[in-house]
Amino acid sequence: MKNKSKKIVIIGAGVVGCAIARELSKYKGLDIVVLDKREDVGGDASKSNSAIIHTGYDAVPNTLESQLVVASNPMFPKLVKQLDVEFKLIGAILPAINDEQYEQLGKIKEKAFKNRVYDVEYVTKEEIIKMEPNINKDVKGGLIIPREGIIDPFTFTVALAESSASNGVVYKLNTEVLGINVENNKIKSLETNNGNIEADYIINSSGVYCDEIADMVGKSNYTVNARRGEFFILDKNTECKVNSIILPIPTKITKGKLMTPTIHGNMLIGPTAEDLDDKEDKSTTLEGLNSVIEDVKKLVPNVNPNDTIKQYAGNRAAKTPAVLEIDMYDDLEGFVNLSGVRSTGLTASLAISKYVLDLMVSNGLEVKFKENFTNERVAIKLIREANNEEKTELIKKDPRYGNIICRCETVSEAEIVQAINSKIPATSVDAIKRRLKAGFGRCQGGFCSPKIIEILARELNKEAKEINKNVKNSNMLMGKAK
Amino acid sequence: MIEKIICTICPIGCEIEVVGDKKNKSVSSLNGYKCNRGKEYSINEFIAPVRTITTTIKISNWKEPLIPVRTDKGVLKDKQMDCMEEINKVEVKPPIKRGDILIENILGLNVNVIATGEAL
Amino acid sequence: MENIDIIIIGGGPSGLAAAKAAISEGANSIVVVERDNSLGGILQQCIHPGFGLSYFKKELTGPEYYGKFTEQLKGEPIKFLLNSMVLNISDDNKVSIVSSEHGFLELKAKSIVLAMGCRERTRSNIRIPGSRPSGIYTAGTAQRLVNRQNLMVGKNVVILGSGDIGMIMARRMTLEGANVVAVVELMDYLAGLNRNKVQCLDDFNIPLYLSHTVTKVIGKDRVEGVYVAKVDKNKVPIKGTEKLYTCDTLLLSVGLIPEIELINNINLEVSKITKGPVVNQYMQTSKNNVFACGNVVHVNDLVDNVSIESEIAGKNAAKYALGKLEDPAKELKVTTGENVRYVCPQKINLDNNNNEEDIKLFFRVLLPMSNVTLRVSVENKIIFEKKALHVGPGEMEFVTIKEKDLKDVTSPIIIEVI
Repeated sequence: MKNKSKKIVIIGAGVVGCAIARELSKYKGLDIVVLDKREDVGGDASKSNSAIIHTGYDAVPNTLESQLVVASNPMFPKLVKQLDVEFKLIGAILPAINDEQYEQLGKIKEKAFKNRVYDVEYVTKEEIIKMEPNINKDVKGGLIIPREGIIDPFTFTVALAESSASNGVVYKLNTEVLGINVENNKIKSLETNNGNIEADYIINSSGVYCDEIADMVGKSNYTVNARRGEFFILDKNTECKVNSIILPIPTKITKGKLMTPTIHGNMLIGPTAEDLDDKEDKSTTLEGLNSVIEDVKKLVPNVNPNDTIKQYAGNRAAKTPAVLEIDMYDDLEGFVNLSGVRSTGLTASLAISKYVLDLMVSNGLEVKFKENFTNERVAIKLIREANNEEKTELIKKDPRYGNIICRCETVSEAEIVQAINSKIPATSVDAIKRRLKAGFGRCQGGFCSPKIIEILARELNKEAKEINKNVKNSNMLMGKAK
Repeated sequence: MIEKIICTICPIGCEIEVVGDKKNKSVSSLNGYKCNRGKEYSINEFIAPVRTITTTIKISNWKEPLIPVRTDKGVLKDKQMDCMEEINKVEVKPPIKRGDILIENILGLNVNVIATGEAL
Repeated sequence: MENIDIIIIGGGPSGLAAAKAAISEGANSIVVVERDNSLGGILQQCIHPGFGLSYFKKELTGPEYYGKFTEQLKGEPIKFLLNSMVLNISDDNKVSIVSSEHGFLELKAKSIVLAMGCRERTRSNIRIPGSRPSGIYTAGTAQRLVNRQNLMVGKNVVILGSGDIGMIMARRMTLEGANVVAVVELMDYLAGLNRNKVQCLDDFNIPLYLSHTVTKVIGKDRVEGVYVAKVDKNKVPIKGTEKLYTCDTLLLSVGLIPEIELINNINLEVSKITKGPVVNQYMQTSKNNVFACGNVVHVNDLVDNVSIESEIAGKNAAKYALGKLEDPAKELKVTTGENVRYVCPQKINLDNNNNEEDIKLFFRVLLPMSNVTLRVSVENKIIFEKKALHVGPGEMEFVTIKEKDLKDVTSPIIIEVI
């Protein structure tokens, strides 16, 4: 007779939740459900960050966070191939612009060594200028961190989600947790806006809301507020570009702002760091922009803010006390509590998922590897990446590949339809944008959004006015004109 | 009565002061115009300002849901919203040529609504 | 599709006028590539009047204006590729196109006319701070949704920018039952035509706030309001003047930019001011077989000017294809002087001038001025001068000079408004 399968509910479909879901989906006998109150996976901080896969060179040594970030970095090159996600190890440079900064390089390198990031090296002024012709010519020298990489954090999260969904994980979106029922010191079920869900285990990976979820079971001996980070994305055609991640040398007051290429060829600058009371406040500010420009100019003097095509803010979880913890409890069976996952969470997600599994196993969960687990996930074939012969083939197979909807990023109707009908369906205008970059280019959806609304309405069998920008009540339109 | 009218004939935008009686449709004095077209404009604008309405009409059995239209003559300025209400009640079908009358004598104003686009 | 004389990219007013002129000049085979399902470009959604007064001597709506061109082109040797997107122009003149109907195509022609028009500046371009809810549209996108797709973008609307599109959308939204709360303009003067202020704003009692701007957007899911503040002389918002306007929609009419990304691979010289390709009086770019016209070169005020310019491009593209236009060897620069923001063409080709053609120089001024002289001079000699009662940045001005005045000239021509 088969053992009764264990019901596992993961709260939060950010990168950490989706990574955990995928890790657990490798094993038999687990019924895994991921909940998120938003209309799409990708969370909040998971999709609005600097899109860097870190080495952990600057983490606080001998902490869980340092352990997990450092362990995650080498997992990326192989996993991104399996998940069909673009990833580039472009390396980072820490340029010292003045003597004071130059003096600090030794300490930074020492810290990297303590974190077991042994490949951090000194570089000379000449080498830096050769690698980065747009760098501030006052540069004295610096450090290079070769294994810092860039990724599309949202695509990565979707890939983890789709891969886990192919291996049996169920995603329930637009589902907000309202309460948790505990019986005999054991997790029993969750109350949500979409009804009750039974659970043997609950994994709290709700990012900036982790304190609120933990509070439902009395396990929040910490508080979390939102730390807003404002970012700016510059047009691909901007004249002042960099080739690697240009990191500032932190001062006592601030960690500073960076400039990096994105995986899509844009330039990204930011972030600010500002603590907020309202976890939902993702507005951008004039002060934020000015401070980003001012700081980045110290590194790359000719950066052109007029080439901004997009500005956004992400709220990462700022926990007090500021420490990453992953706990299970003797007096509350089945509750896995993650807290203090901050900007390094994108990198750390992979090691976190392994750590969570290990913790659950050491607390009595029995797991057996699934013989039929599939590692591979196939991304939507993009017309913009196809060569001429492939374009011909794609359009022959599906003529909708010939109907270009987004002109700036070259996205066809076929790709949009596939995204709407995928394992983790895109149901909003932003969900399409995040997956395919339609509307992400220089015209910011001016040309394509009317068509995307039509396609969404048609495929989802809805009225145009029911199509949202992202979450519910963010309707794009207010009905018919006449 | 006195009314200040901004002339819209050319980009200069002269401010023309018109003195007259709207009821009797008479103008007693004009100040501030720089050309004859401006003079004519300000008199008309004082006595009976009219506007061409340009809008759309619903169309069925066509690749697009709307066809553009306009009034073939000016409509009294304050009758614009009444006309819109009337226009929005109508739905047409192809074939439609440019210039076809889609609504005849709208609201009895002696003005027709004609197609400016085509559906053939 | 073999032996194509001209490929015209874009089937809007510019592409249609270029095609018409190219046919008149004797071009035998023309391909017009248009991404929309019908011709006419942006004029399809410009259902308002105000077009054609100078070109057709008659006031027309947008659909009527382009209709006159499509009528004339019936039966001519032109292949229209609709629903077709040009993806690239290669350095060896191959134009790659995709469409559902034709698949992937690579076409080659003797000359190419760029007529892709322009795009709208966005919220990010002007960096309005605040939240990022739904309900923020550029005026042109809203115009498409309302006028072509029968979809209402909102009910209570604030419009930023007093350009013509902004004001015209204020009227359109009002006529379709929306409440336009305010039109807000950063500058201390109206960006568009007076006529549009009178007929689109005053007629409907829509308030216009000059020297004001939107300083913040609020609303989590959908726009809930915008803060509007007065600005000082340097266009910086004055603290303490912010006022909240409740609305569900913000429309932006904050400028247009030539849509030139297709030329990234052919290295055309591009003007830093117009953001379009630099052209000579034949609308010929820095690559001899590539011509450009309309809003892809510089953003025009009136479609009538686009038509005139595009006919020049079409005619000379045809001449080039038929081997009747020599490659320029000596070019004079046209430069801007006092109160001139830019001039088009930026170059004059002097070696083909066995004819006595007039050269029209279109330009825009920096600031509004009254009772001025428009002057063209070269090597300290005035070659053209005319008086104007009024000039403003919103309207295109032009002067006409004669090629014969430029014989033996080597230094740049200067155009100024004093």
